[in-house]
Amino acid sequence: MSETGAAKKLGGFSLNDLGGVAHSFPTGKNALLCFVKEDCPTCGIAMPVIEAFHRAFSSKIDVLAIGQEAAGNRLLAQRYALTCPMLDDSALRVSFEYGFDSVPTVILADKDGNEVLNFAGFVRSDWQSLAARLAQMTALAEPKIDWASLPEWRAGCGAKAVEPGIAERLEAEARGDRMQARRIELGEGEDVFEFMFERGLTDGLPVVPPTPERVAWMLTGTRRDPREVIATVPPNLAPLTIEKVAINAVMAGCRPEYLPVVIAALEAVCTDTFNIHGVMATTWGATPVMIVNGPIRKRLGMNMGIMALGYGSRPNATIGRAVKLVLRNVGGSRPGDIERSALGAIGKFTTCFAEWEERSPWEPLHVERGFKKDESVVTVFGLEAGSRQIADQTSRTARALVGSLGLGLEACWHPKQHGSGEILLVVSPEHADTIARDEWSKSQVRNRIQEITARPLRDLLPDEESGEGIPLKAMGLTNPTEEQLNQKIPKFRSPENINIIVAGGEGGKFSAVFAGWVSGPMGSSSVSRRIEEMP
Amino acid sequence: MKQVIVDPTDEREPIRRTLAERPAQIKGRVAMLDIAKPRGNVLIDRLAAQLTERLPAVEIKRYRKPTFTKPAPEELRRRIAEESDFVIEALAD
Repeated sequence: MSETGAAKKLGGFSLNDLGGVAHSFPTGKNALLCFVKEDCPTCGIAMPVIEAFHRAFSSKIDVLAIGQEAAGNRLLAQRYALTCPMLDDSALRVSFEYGFDSVPTVILADKDGNEVLNFAGFVRSDWQSLAARLAQMTALAEPKIDWASLPEWRAGCGAKAVEPGIAERLEAEARGDRMQARRIELGEGEDVFEFMFERGLTDGLPVVPPTPERVAWMLTGTRRDPREVIATVPPNLAPLTIEKVAINAVMAGCRPEYLPVVIAALEAVCTDTFNIHGVMATTWGATPVMIVNGPIRKRLGMNMGIMALGYGSRPNATIGRAVKLVLRNVGGSRPGDIERSALGAIGKFTTCFAEWEERSPWEPLHVERGFKKDESVVTVFGLEAGSRQIADQTSRTARALVGSLGLGLEACWHPKQHGSGEILLVVSPEHADTIARDEWSKSQVRNRIQEITARPLRDLLPDEESGEGIPLKAMGLTNPTEEQLNQKIPKFRSPENINIIVAGGEGGKFSAVFAGWVSGPMGSSSVSRRIEEMP
Repeated sequence: MKQVIVDPTDEREPIRRTLAERPAQIKGRVAMLDIAKPRGNVLIDRLAAQLTERLPAVEIKRYRKPTFTKPAPEELRRRIAEESDFVIEALAD
């Protein structure tokens, strides 16, 4: 039994009894609210006690049975020959608002509707002391109850309001006033999955139909108001509300606890710095590549180990997909429309994974970027929509291995394109171990990559053998000297453009790279955003 | 029971605009916008030369976006709208 300390004001209600007479609460008297359900055997034990309380105390205290099913309420009234009012809460609005999860639940309230005490289930001593307390409050005699014939303890049953499906519906109804999205009623016999395809709302794979119940359930993943506008989504420059994020997160297959990651990723993606308009519109195949750091990785069960960049993990797959569905459905980026990649890549469906911080010899990505280690952060990069693997199974020193990785990175964009921008190098655990044995810092790795990839300008000029490369004009040269032609240009504009994280399975001497797109102020720069975690 | 889903889109109807009236004769100021893709200027140079030859009554004004990766800045769009009667935008790849 829990004695309510500070006065807790209970919500007022008006419910009809079986004769259709409305009973309002607060009643102006002390009241005993007894929530019951017909198919609950423990409620069956409590019903005669409730009826006895009513007969003994009703001149001073309103004893109200509140049933959760219309037909069951009538059965209970007949079975126990109730004279106590049986109020109908089959709509479950009061049960939902009161928030208890099992029946019987008994709440004693004062005349103003403040809660005095409450308990659930059938603990005989609770009910016995309640009888004594009511007698004391009313100065009336305790009813005659054969307590010894009643069980000492019986657990309550699940309240109707928390049954699967019903809880979500009630949540949806309760939040209804804060949900504004247009409701679409499907025709009789219309297949909802086909409907979503026909309306162009999917990425080509089936989506989970966003029913109001599912969206309400998704919204339990954030404390933010569904109406809050969190970003303006290019190219349509459409306002993005938390509710629209939740709808698309449902469709993507997310669970509510993923929602804060989706929200943070979209806030990052829809910044001028990230320039999602360009990332989606480019004829190159770029996409937002999302990396999650911090404690939330483990709470959500994100994959950062074997197959981290692949498939099979719900949070990895659906968080990235939710972001893309928002860009499509709210922002208007659709293939062949504003999204114009000539070839595309499979990573355009979803590219999201976590860094295996514990397996890394270096500071995690978010700490490098100024966040605390125990903060959860998502970082978005505008990169090629798919990773390329780099094999090195034989190097045994950091120098040799990083040299190999550097040579592998030459293939990004084109081997003759140097002075390029951001990439994301995903170092596998075995490779990380080799580098860690020689205690190389990330900065040493970056510098070595720049060193081994540096090529003389003469090798990078467009020529008959390969028309791609760095035109002399781009270097501001017309008649270059030997010295100018021998000038070495590293692969990347600056060592900081080489972003390094650790992820992947513990077996396999392969790392991977996501090549970039136009990076920096003229294109897209990566953005990190703290994830607002629910307690 | 009828199924109900909620709309995942921005729910905005596109604004329908009628096309501007087509003049019988092309004269006035023609803006040519280079979006800053490699060799976009080559295309625009050729077009400008041909237009000047065929339409002596037009004055060609050249503009350039700072980068092809982003929409034209507000200021540039405003300037083009103020200073021109026609716009030709060149994509190149």
